[in-house]
Amino acid sequence: MAEASTRETYGKTLVELGRQNKDIVVLDADVSPSTMTIFFAREFPERFFDCGLEEQNMVSIAAGLAASGKTVFATTFVVFVVCRCFDQLRLCISQPNLNVKIVATHSGISVGEDGTSHQAIEDLALCCALPSFTVVVPADAIEAAGAIRAAASDYGPFYIRLSRPKTPIVYPEGYHFTLGRAVTMRQGKNATVIAAGIMVAKALEAADSLAKQGIDCRIINMHTLKPLDDAAIVKAASETGAIVVAEEHLAQGGLGSRVAQTVAKEKPVPMEFVNIGDRYAVSGKAEELLQRYGLTASDIEESVKSAVKRK
Amino acid sequence: MAKKLRRHVITMIATAGSGHPGGSLSAADIITALYFKVLRHDPRNPQWSERDRFILSKGHAAPILYAALAEAGYFPVAELATLRKLNSRLQGHADRKFTPGVEMSAGSLGMGLSFAIGVALASRLDSKTYRTYVLLSDGECEEGQTWEAALSAAHFKLDNLTTIVDCNGIQLSGWTCDIMNLEPFIQKWQAFGWHTIDIDGHDLDQILSACQGAKKIKNKPTVIIARTIKGKGVSFMENNVAFHGKAPTWEEAERAIKELE
Repeated sequence: MAEASTRETYGKTLVELGRQNKDIVVLDADVSPSTMTIFFAREFPERFFDCGLEEQNMVSIAAGLAASGKTVFATTFVVFVVCRCFDQLRLCISQPNLNVKIVATHSGISVGEDGTSHQAIEDLALCCALPSFTVVVPADAIEAAGAIRAAASDYGPFYIRLSRPKTPIVYPEGYHFTLGRAVTMRQGKNATVIAAGIMVAKALEAADSLAKQGIDCRIINMHTLKPLDDAAIVKAASETGAIVVAEEHLAQGGLGSRVAQTVAKEKPVPMEFVNIGDRYAVSGKAEELLQRYGLTASDIEESVKSAVKRK
Repeated sequence: MAKKLRRHVITMIATAGSGHPGGSLSAADIITALYFKVLRHDPRNPQWSERDRFILSKGHAAPILYAALAEAGYFPVAELATLRKLNSRLQGHADRKFTPGVEMSAGSLGMGLSFAIGVALASRLDSKTYRTYVLLSDGECEEGQTWEAALSAAHFKLDNLTTIVDCNGIQLSGWTCDIMNLEPFIQKWQAFGWHTIDIDGHDLDQILSACQGAKKIKNKPTVIIARTIKGKGVSFMENNVAFHGKAPTWEEAERAIKELE
């Protein structure tokens, strides 16, 4: 598969949005060359504020700007803006429902060599816990652009989770992103894999292999975790009778928990979960870590087989 | 007017049965000066785009803000009796979602100065002439975020921002100097690049001239260090740690109101 950087897409899309809307303001916390907000900073220096290594300050400043009519994109690495600033996200942005877009890069263990301190694997649980927040995990650069445009045009708080490494392109050019509407990437009738982010490409790879073994697997890209596309989940449970959820996150509170809540309430079927579990990871190459912590296509494949057996 | 607002505070908190009288009473003269002399605002149009912004960072002093907003005409004075009750617009801590005239949801300390920076930056971006005022407590200057904000307000040269610190010297469990010493306090702000003005926070003329003086300072933000007395105006509440977060009994409230007449 071809690959592209969601971060670079973010930087370029911001510039495009900045040209269209003069009320867009961008904040970063000393990492603009890595998050690619530097493109916006170069083109619109008067509307870009580097807050230095003051992430909590940045989040509350974002709220003040939004309360004054600005559409604010606030960006740094996921750990620093979500894990460090939860109280600010909660009281300054979520509760008053202010128009701040937290777009954060370097999510998950695919950050790689930087190790535990930089590997945000609890962010989806935290952000999905915030009332009024919309939470999006794009599967590739094309979807990232769509999500960022949607965040700019829709009022309210957003969290968009981006990756450090380049990610495989899973969509054709011209794909239209619709917020809150899951995408069926591949039809299937024996089981469904619901995935988000980098796990979508791995789920598609697993489906190819499963097809050769006679298991016809549906793949759903649940790019929007909140609000969740319950209808797509219920349909998948009804039509395929088994669900596997794959995410680059801890076991608790992320996509798996959210999908399970809907399945348990609406259409109970056997479920399996592909995630990091209840542990922190270590330094290593991204692919080595994904293998060590159980986030490969073959992990998905095994989980699908287990789920199908339990039908 | 300040005495009237103080009486409202006592009645509101006694009626609610909980709340923070000490920090509302210490800020009463500052709030009175702002709402009745300093701020350019229109109570009939709380969202007026040209209004000066007042941000209460010490959100537990909500009662004194509500009293001022009611007396200024943002909502009926009778509504003050609903403080902290279910379905009231007057939440336990200041809340922008419910109360006309409240700019920020506060109560988790240390966030207000940062929020005010965002508001002041927006003013500059839009070439507006409004000023942004923010009231901090001295206790909340123990929060690290306050100093992140202090650094950045100076870095961004926000001369349209006036910070007032209600230095009543007492926090929840004791004297600030014993819990976590802030001194040398003024020197800290100066070292962070701020213009500082040291005043008696209960002297109306000093508050007004400090606010006027701040407007003349260019290229840096101003902080007014307002020396106040916690519980000011009620003898048995003054400098009394117990009344940081405790409602007076009705008997105490009656005595307090008498002293404030």
